[in-house]
Order: sequence, then structure tokens, then C-alpha cells
Amino acid sequence: MSERLSVFKTYKLYVGGKFPRSESGRVYEVTDSKSNWLANAPLSSRKDARDAVVAARKAFGGWSNATAYNRGQILYRIAEMLEGRKDQFVREVSEAEGLSKSKAAVVVDAAIDRWVWYAGWTDKIAQLAGGANPVAGPFFNLSTPEPTGVVTVVAPQESSFLGLISVIAPVIATGNTAVVVASEKSPLPALSLGEVLATSDLPGGVVNILSGKTAEITPSLASHQDVNAIDLTGADTDLARDLEIAAADNLKRVYRPRPVDFTADPGTHRLTAFLETKTVWHPTGSLGASGSSY
Amino acid sequence: MPSTAHAFVDATASDGALRRFLHGLPGVDAVGLEARAAALGTRSIKTTSKAYAIDLAISMIDLTTLEGADTPGKVRALSAKAVHPDPTDRTTPTTAAVCVYPDMVATAKAALGGADVKVASVATAFPSGRAALPVKLADVRDAVAAGADEIDMVIDRGAFLAGRYLETYELITAVKAECGTARLKVIFETGELSTYDNIRRASWIGMMAGADFIKTSTGKVAVNATPANTLLMLEAVRDFRAQTGIQVGVKPAGGIRNTKEAIKFLVLVNETAGADWLDNHWFRFGASSLLNDLLMQRQKLSTGRYSGPDYVTVD
Repeated sequence: MSERLSVFKTYKLYVGGKFPRSESGRVYEVTDSKSNWLANAPLSSRKDARDAVVAARKAFGGWSNATAYNRGQILYRIAEMLEGRKDQFVREVSEAEGLSKSKAAVVVDAAIDRWVWYAGWTDKIAQLAGGANPVAGPFFNLSTPEPTGVVTVVAPQESSFLGLISVIAPVIATGNTAVVVASEKSPLPALSLGEVLATSDLPGGVVNILSGKTAEITPSLASHQDVNAIDLTGADTDLARDLEIAAADNLKRVYRPRPVDFTADPGTHRLTAFLETKTVWHPTGSLGASGSSY
Repeated sequence: MPSTAHAFVDATASDGALRRFLHGLPGVDAVGLEARAAALGTRSIKTTSKAYAIDLAISMIDLTTLEGADTPGKVRALSAKAVHPDPTDRTTPTTAAVCVYPDMVATAKAALGGADVKVASVATAFPSGRAALPVKLADVRDAVAAGADEIDMVIDRGAFLAGRYLETYELITAVKAECGTARLKVIFETGELSTYDNIRRASWIGMMAGADFIKTSTGKVAVNATPANTLLMLEAVRDFRAQTGIQVGVKPAGGIRNTKEAIKFLVLVNETAGADWLDNHWFRFGASSLLNDLLMQRQKLSTGRYSGPDYVTVD
């Protein structure tokens, strides 16, 4: 029997529900933790970033208006798809992070559990971040959280899958859309995640994944007037400072990088970081001279 | 225009003569035409050339609102936008014109005040053109009396497709006579003419009848301005000037939504008709959403950061 020819996978970006190559036509070599070649990944340009923002903006209306219950179902569906492709992610994580197969499997399990955990939050975060406010007047006063908009997510550089999931899921769970800049050194799990998202009822454009040089792609996203927030988790100190300055121009919400242990309980701060509060004042009706009330 | 009529006095003497003339025009190589339009669309226009092209394109826009739901308020808002497309940057050129229905001409005229923005009015039972001649002419008279600087008329596609070329020709000459000093744009609705040969014939009928502009479409049908049909019309105005010395303008309308497409059209103009047409007296875009994209691109060039729809008006 003749030996099979190897079938190499072409890793591509995930933008607007499609899998384009970089507009620039460039790729870069991705290696494992021992510097062995793994694959070529697209080296995104700022025009790819621009296209991703356009796609994210286009998807925002539909995704933010979907019911929280529906978003939760879709996120859970993504977890189901991740479960089905667990072997692939275990291999990619073990190559990227130099973990043994069994340790990588623990990381992937934790990532899928994290995704399910965030899926459950979609229809509960409003009770946590909103509610009735006591006010000194005859009003029923109610606050409710709404998604911020298009969020640029600079994914963590080291934790290529658990960290990635931990930064994407909270952003989209609350109805934002995301432009994700994958780990520069280990982008393959992120690019494979795009393939999962494309096959799990998530509308195209809600998550857009770019690979390439973090310092090249992120400045135009930080200064982009149509991006509403930026999560700087994967930016080093110098880059984060520059990006924060660029982001100030249109008053983007900025989530500063901080040391984070992705294996620990994540808490809800990433969920609430990209929410805006809408408050409604409703007269209770006891303003009339007769003192009547509803 | 007497000189035009004179040049084609034989061709327009009878229906038969006009048919012979039009069918004597060279046939259009459809594959070649589309390939040429596509090839010219691959030019890369960058930096200072792009800045020039964006400003030129803004100055060529007939900012259009042609909806049943148009209100005086909307027309006033549109007029304000035509005068100051980007209120944050007063170096932005004004658009060429606003394009409205005849009953909104007076409103637009008043809103524009002394600004150097023309008022164009559609007329002749736009967009279908299905009305009797006296009704169409009354429509034109109304618009001109209200102060329209330009009249956008539609041809009777039914008559043209049935082969009644002379009727089409006479409709245009009759409308031209009602226009007075207003410039006449003749809309062929190329999406309804079926073939490129028909577009070439319609272009010649329009130019022979005295059109100041030939315009692709109303924006109300499925197929509007395409690079190929605009290229064909640009060839027609080029050939017409070579033959008669009379320059006629071109206006693609409908479906041109972003800067990249608009710049492709400008390349077509420059490469086909020539630089003489790179002026809003001779080339226009019939568009509404195109302006916002041009403004966002303009902001990108001047500030270096990508702009967004929050920074232009929604109309």
C-alpha cells in the first residue's frame, strides 16, 4: 500500500462568517513550543481589521436584539460543537503550549466548561447589573444593562485556548460583537475556533478572528471611531499604554490588562465590563392633587 | 439645440430614417465591454490621488431623495447636507445638486439659499414614464416654474422597446423645449433596455434630441448603474463630441454606494471620455448613501483613523 500524501490545513481568518485569507496575501510561520513548524497563519493587515469592524458592526443589530434566552442557546450550541472537536483542540493546545496530551485535555475541558458557564449568564446578567432603584420621588425607576457595541478583544498571548475563550465568551454573551486579535505566537486554536463558530448558529460577524502581529493590527482598531470598547488583556505594558491613548479619542471603554489566572473562577467582571446602563423613570401616578395612585 | 438638430436632420426625418441610423451604429461587443470596465476597475488609487478623487466625487453628487415619504423637513435636511456635507470640516466641497420630486423644488430652492448647489427635479411621470405627453410636459413646466436648475426626465421605455424611436426622440425634444435654461438629463433606465446595443441607440437618440446629460437609471429598478453600461455611455458622449463638437454629460445613478466604486467610475471617465469630463458640469453621481461613505473615507485620510457611521448623518 502506498503511503498517503499529507493533507495540510490552510488556516484562514474568520471575518463576517466567512474564511478569507488576509487581504495582504501575507502569512507567517507558526511554530510549537519547541520551534518546530506547525502551519502558516494569515498575517492580517489593518485593512483586514477594518473589514472585521464593518462585519462586527453589521452583526451588532441582530445579535444585540436577539433575546438573552436565544443567545444562551446559541452559546450552548457552540459548547456542544467544541465538545465534538475536542481531540483537535487538545492537539493544538498541546502543541502551542507545550503541554502533555492529558494536561492539554484538562485545559480544553476547562475551556468548554467556561463557555457553558458564560452561556448560562446571558439571561441572568440583567438581574445582576440592573434592577429597580429607590428614588426620592413618585417614580418607578429601573436600570437595565445594554451591550456596549463592537468590542476589540486582544486575546491573551500565552493561554491560547482557555484564555481565548475566557475573553470572547463574556463579550458576546451580553450582546456585544467582537473583533478578536488572536495570540501572535499561538493563533491556531483561535483560527480553529472560527470553524466551530461558523457551524453553530452564531450569526456571521458576531465574532471575527484575526491572526498576525498584535502590534500591527491593534493600533488601527484602538483608534477606530466605530469600535466602542477594547479589551487589552493580551497587550504588553508599552502597547497597552499606546492603545489606551489611541482609544481615548472616541471615549472607548478600555479594559486594562491585569495579571489573571485563567484556571480560577472568572467572576462576573468581564461580563459587566462591556455593558452600558439604561435607566427609565416611570411616574407612579401619585402626582395628582387627589393623591391617587395606581 | 439647433446645431444638433441640423447635424442629424436626415437621420431624424422619419421613423424609418432614424431606425436605419440607429441600427447602423456599430454593435456592442458585450464581453469586451465588460472586460474593459472590469480591467479599469482594478486601478489602485492612493494617497493624494485618492484625496483628489474623493473631493471630486463629493462635488459630483446629485444628493437624491425620491421617496413617497419625502417631507419638506427631509428635503431641508438634505439641502443642508448638500451645502455642508461634513459640518466638522468646512474644506469639504459642496455636492453638485440635490435631486427631488417637482413638488419639493421650491422647498429645496429656499433651503439652499444662495449656496452654489443646483436643484434637480425629476419629471415626466418619473419613474415609469407612463403618462400622456401633455401630462409629462406639464410636469416639466411645473418643475421649471418652481425654479429647478436641472430636469431629470425618463424616456418612454415602452415606445423605445417597441421600436418607436422617433416617438422617443420627439418626446425628448418636446421636453427640451419646455426646459428653458434648465439643463436636461435624460434617463434611459438601462436596466430595462435589455441589451447593450439598445443602450447605445438610446444614448444617441438622447444626444441627437438635445440632452445635456444622459443618465443610466432611476434607481427604482433591480439593475441600476453598472461600470459596463456607464462605460458604454461614456463612449457614446466621446464619439458624439468627436462627430458634432457638442459635449454631453453622463450621470450614473443608483447602486453606487461606496468610495471604491465611485473612484472606479472616475477612472472610467478619465480613460474613456477624458479629463474634460472630470468636472461636475459634465459628470454626476445620482446617489444618497454614497456621500456618507465618501465622508468617512475623507475623515480617514485627514485624521489617519477609521471613521464610523456615528460620525455622519443618517438620512
